[in-house]
Amino acid sequence: MFLILAKTQYKSIEYNSPLLSHSTQRENRTMATQKKAVALISGGLDSLLAAKVMLEQGIHVEGINFYTGFCVEGHTHAIRKKDKAKPKRNNALWSAEMLGIKLHIIDIIEEYKDVLINPKHGYGANMNPCLDCKIFMVTKAKQWAEENGFDFIITGEVIGQRPMSQRKETMPVISAESGADDLLLRPLCAQNLPETLPEREGWVNRDELHDFSGRTRKPQMALAEKFGFDDYAQPAGGCCFLTDKAYSVKLTDLWASRGKRDYEIDDIMLLKVGRHLRPKPNFKLIIAREEGENNFLQGYKKQFITLRTMSHKGPLTLLDGTANEGDFELAARIVARFSQGRDAELVDVEVTENGVSHTVSVQPFAAEEIQEAWRV
Amino acid sequence: MIELDARRLMCPMPVIKTQNIIKTMSGGDQLRVICTDPGVMQDIPAWCRINGHTLLKTEEVAGEFILIIEVVQE
Repeated sequence: MFLILAKTQYKSIEYNSPLLSHSTQRENRTMATQKKAVALISGGLDSLLAAKVMLEQGIHVEGINFYTGFCVEGHTHAIRKKDKAKPKRNNALWSAEMLGIKLHIIDIIEEYKDVLINPKHGYGANMNPCLDCKIFMVTKAKQWAEENGFDFIITGEVIGQRPMSQRKETMPVISAESGADDLLLRPLCAQNLPETLPEREGWVNRDELHDFSGRTRKPQMALAEKFGFDDYAQPAGGCCFLTDKAYSVKLTDLWASRGKRDYEIDDIMLLKVGRHLRPKPNFKLIIAREEGENNFLQGYKKQFITLRTMSHKGPLTLLDGTANEGDFELAARIVARFSQGRDAELVDVEVTENGVSHTVSVQPFAAEEIQEAWRV
Repeated sequence: MIELDARRLMCPMPVIKTQNIIKTMSGGDQLRVICTDPGVMQDIPAWCRINGHTLLKTEEVAGEFILIIEVVQE
């Protein structure tokens, strides 16, 4: 989800801008000593290496990282208590620090909605619009490069690395549809692709670029070792929640229940947290699974109907949707099942809506009464 | 001192808000950021190191994380 850009050290950004004709650029090249590249930085190994390869060639590189709201980076580690032993570092920031480059983090939550809701190239195995996403990010990076006087764009893409967006046939699609064309250089697989402007113009040496391909990680790991990187992130499912099956199911359920494909940032944050059960079409319960999630859901108490067990310890639960008194009883019996009163005859559950609370005493559901079909 | 209320925001949003407000500030200005996501105690110091700004102080008070940054002009 991150992009790194490279740039020259010159103050003037016009003298050799990629937006000028190639002949003008060639004339001006004699004045230039260092070019500037912006690099998409996700926080993963490939973007880290791509930026490092450019730095090794004397290019001035700065990173750009796009925050869609679906990024696995950062916040999710902070939510669940059981994850507290894990480092909470943001891997894009860590990558930039390892590289000694600046990193520009850009909030694209609003603009990204259209990418996710209307992907021209469709979805991957789950709700991941990877090809449209990459095109969008390179488009944004190109705009950023133009506004900030950078000469070209680099990514950590590798042919064959990802089944949807990183294929030989999608590489030219990304270049063309983003408008970056031959200003988009992929240092890790450039030798398998046609020459780009930075190569033709001699800004970078093609012979010192790479020819990685396929799903193997061995070439990247060898290059990381060469550069002395040994603590890099290796997220098993990539850096985006949309590639996750369980998350995608929750997102499609959200859209189906609302009758429209739309979302706000709080919606997508809540899909990452808690146990989700939809016992009836008109409401869903989000039940905290442990203390960290309980604390996180506390922040949403004013926006949702909440349920809390009073006679026994239990999880905070949000009710998303609308409910009548019968629904409250059903919800309370479910919540009681996930409390320490699960084996009690009756459990008192406080229901709070718009600041007004009332308590219902319910018999907790037995384990087998929690229907599988309710689980989102 | 300018104050940024980033409570209830999860990382990287506090970092993005910090980055964006500092763009509007001048060298020597100070920014006080208040957050509730403990991730900021890693991320904002890292962001300051990367971008050359000075982190003057960090503290945790009643479950809130407060960071004071001095802007360094490029």
